[in-house]
Amino acid sequence: MIRPDAPVLLEIRDLHARVEAKEILKGVNLTIRAGEVHAVMGRNGSGKSTLSKVLAGHPAYTVTGGTVHYRGENLLELDPEQRARIGVFLGFQYPVEIPGVSNLEFLRVATNARRAQKGEEELDTFAFEDLVRDRLKVVQMDPAFLDRSVNEGFSGGEKKRNEILQMALLDPLVAILDETDSGLDIDALRIVAGGVNQLATPDNATLLITHYQRLLDAITPDYVHVMAAGRILRTGGKELALELEERGYDWVDQELAALAGEVA
Amino acid sequence: MSNAQAVGDLVSQPYKYGFVTDIETEKIAKGLSEDVVRLISSKKDEPSFLLDFRLRAYRQWLQMEEPDWARLGYPPIDYQDIIYYAAPKQQDKKASLDEVDPKLLETFDKLGIPLSEQKRLSNVAVDAVFDSVSIATTYKEKLAEHGVIFCSISEAVKEHPELIERYLGTVVPTQDNYFAALNSAVFSDGSFVFIPKGVECPMELSTYFRINSGDTGQFERTLIVAEEGASVSYLEGCTAPMFDTNQLHAAVVELVALDDASIKYSTVQNWYAGDENGVGGIYNFVTKRGQCRGDRSKISWTQVETGSSITWKYPSCVLQGADSVGEFYSVALTNNCQQADTGTKMIHVGPRSRSTIVSKGISAGRSANSYRGLVQIGPKAVGAKNYSQCDSMLIGDQAAANTYPYIRSQQPQAAVEHEASTCRISEDQLFYLQSRGIGFEEAVSMMVSGFCRDVFNQLPMEFAAEADKLLALKLEGSVG
Ligand SMILES: Nc1ncnc2c1ncn2[C@@H]1O[C@H](COP(=O)(O)OP(=O)(O)OP(=O)(O)O)[C@@H](O)[C@H]1O
Ligand SMILES: [Mg+2]
Repeated sequence: MIRPDAPVLLEIRDLHARVEAKEILKGVNLTIRAGEVHAVMGRNGSGKSTLSKVLAGHPAYTVTGGTVHYRGENLLELDPEQRARIGVFLGFQYPVEIPGVSNLEFLRVATNARRAQKGEEELDTFAFEDLVRDRLKVVQMDPAFLDRSVNEGFSGGEKKRNEILQMALLDPLVAILDETDSGLDIDALRIVAGGVNQLATPDNATLLITHYQRLLDAITPDYVHVMAAGRILRTGGKELALELEERGYDWVDQELAALAGEVA
Repeated sequence: MSNAQAVGDLVSQPYKYGFVTDIETEKIAKGLSEDVVRLISSKKDEPSFLLDFRLRAYRQWLQMEEPDWARLGYPPIDYQDIIYYAAPKQQDKKASLDEVDPKLLETFDKLGIPLSEQKRLSNVAVDAVFDSVSIATTYKEKLAEHGVIFCSISEAVKEHPELIERYLGTVVPTQDNYFAALNSAVFSDGSFVFIPKGVECPMELSTYFRINSGDTGQFERTLIVAEEGASVSYLEGCTAPMFDTNQLHAAVVELVALDDASIKYSTVQNWYAGDENGVGGIYNFVTKRGQCRGDRSKISWTQVETGSSITWKYPSCVLQGADSVGEFYSVALTNNCQQADTGTKMIHVGPRSRSTIVSKGISAGRSANSYRGLVQIGPKAVGAKNYSQCDSMLIGDQAAANTYPYIRSQQPQAAVEHEASTCRISEDQLFYLQSRGIGFEEAVSMMVSGFCRDVFNQLPMEFAAEADKLLALKLEGSVG
């Protein structure tokens, strides 16, 4: 929902970042206000996941220019854990497995870290179980997953549901969901999309990274951005996604070539 | 700073038990000779069978060579530069705790092992050993009501010489190995446990070893006997002050389980490990062996090894009885320049004997951590079974992990299964936890304790949380 007077949650200005010696983000601009749903699309390798990891503070990526402000605060100088605690959430494209660490205990520690930041009291094991059982409903997940190690042996779709469960527990203000739809079967996609819609409020915002219109059929975006070669090449409404579905990304090359010509 | 380096910094934390107690100590002169062996024996007022035992061991030791097969590097030990007997100056062992030097009680208080009536643990009996002598044993009377003997080995020599003579050296013979021979010649104190037939020991037993002197070796000797149908759970803990010299610790532990008896022996070893450059720390050369003498007997070793500059230790089981069971659960954490060569031997003699080995090695810094294990199945061990699992976790890129599993089977039908794995805490795993609001240190410690969970689950409940905390402590520090 677009409200021009809604507070700005995330403000990305001319963001440049590299991994090792390779520059990947080359000037990203994006403003996200409370209540909005943004979709970022674009070819494989265009830098979508890189953008999400830079926002979450992955140590392998070095910011070489630009700024990111979260509710007015310089996000780039915070540790990844601090970013999470103040309400930035990244749903991973490829959630990692952490053998030996109980999913339930992990979820509890994470939830309490976020609650402490919000000034809420810590939940003991019993109180947390009540909460988690309630949140499991959002993604219609079997409680048996709580007793396993974090993501260990989870199927692709189960891992994605576990990500949304975490989102439901952590109650973020900005949720970046990197290809949460990939690997989900048709029913699971509906459930997960339903979950994301359920968690959306006028006070928070969602950034969906996706390749497919079918997710955007279920979660209607206010803005659609097309990323190419490390920047946002074009921004439009939900109809832009439909256009992409029809035309593909060939036009991107022409625009990029034109841009390169301008620079030269 | 890279994440890998930050993990490296994280595992370097100050040792919390490095203080020295300022107490008057009676020490004998440095060096080892037959006279020194006699002197130790006479100081302890020992019967002649024990002096003979010591002298035999000493003579055997003179003929032996220090083993060099372990993957350990250290300068030669000068056995003449060590003091073989040191004891806090107080007259004989006190009948009541009130008479024990308050400085000693205070020392154990500081170590988290309160001994006084008001503060002591309610369900754990403790024998506290300071340098070469046991200074107090709690709950002796209560245990005696059940026929359980729990006292220092010196006291047992006086009060129960027949039991000592019957069992001492029967599991680890004096000539077993270089360090066992040395220990048999000069052992100072340690604990003795005897659980009579059919008795389930009513509480956890625990011995806490404290090295205080800087130039003294510690040679403790522990003997646990569980008669038919008896059972006991015993825990050993150890710490030492920080000195920039190395102290030798060469202990021997013998366990005997008769028919249907079970002994659970747990160790939380936190001797001083030396500084980050490898200066100082304990040389820990220990022989631990249990004999499942009886049918259906069971011996279970659980160890959490976090300290010492060098650890050379292979708690083993001789599975003599039919259907006897041996277990070995180990966590060994090395950091900085620590070296550990540790593992177990499961010697299957009896039919249908079974053994389980679960070893978790964690290496950080520039440390080296080796698992060395032997599974031997003898010709009569029909239907014997072994399962071994050896996992290594590397933290940073300068640490080393090695696994040496040896299997010798004279039983073609025996089922011997071995699994091994090596993992490294990956940047992506840490990032995943951090991106959920979990701090870097907690993330590392969650992963390490997750890695060790199978072993921690084996510790007595009172100590599982302790072990978890100890590991977290070892992993705690400044994140640069
Ligand atoms: N750690 C890394 N090391 C080297 N190259 C990297 C690294 N991370 C990303 N890249 C490169 O950066 C580019 C952008 O990758 P990124 O994962 O952001 O793409 P994406 O838009 O998310 O693609 P997809 O749609 O396939 O998920 C790719 O060429 C990728 O190979
Ligand atoms: Mg991607």
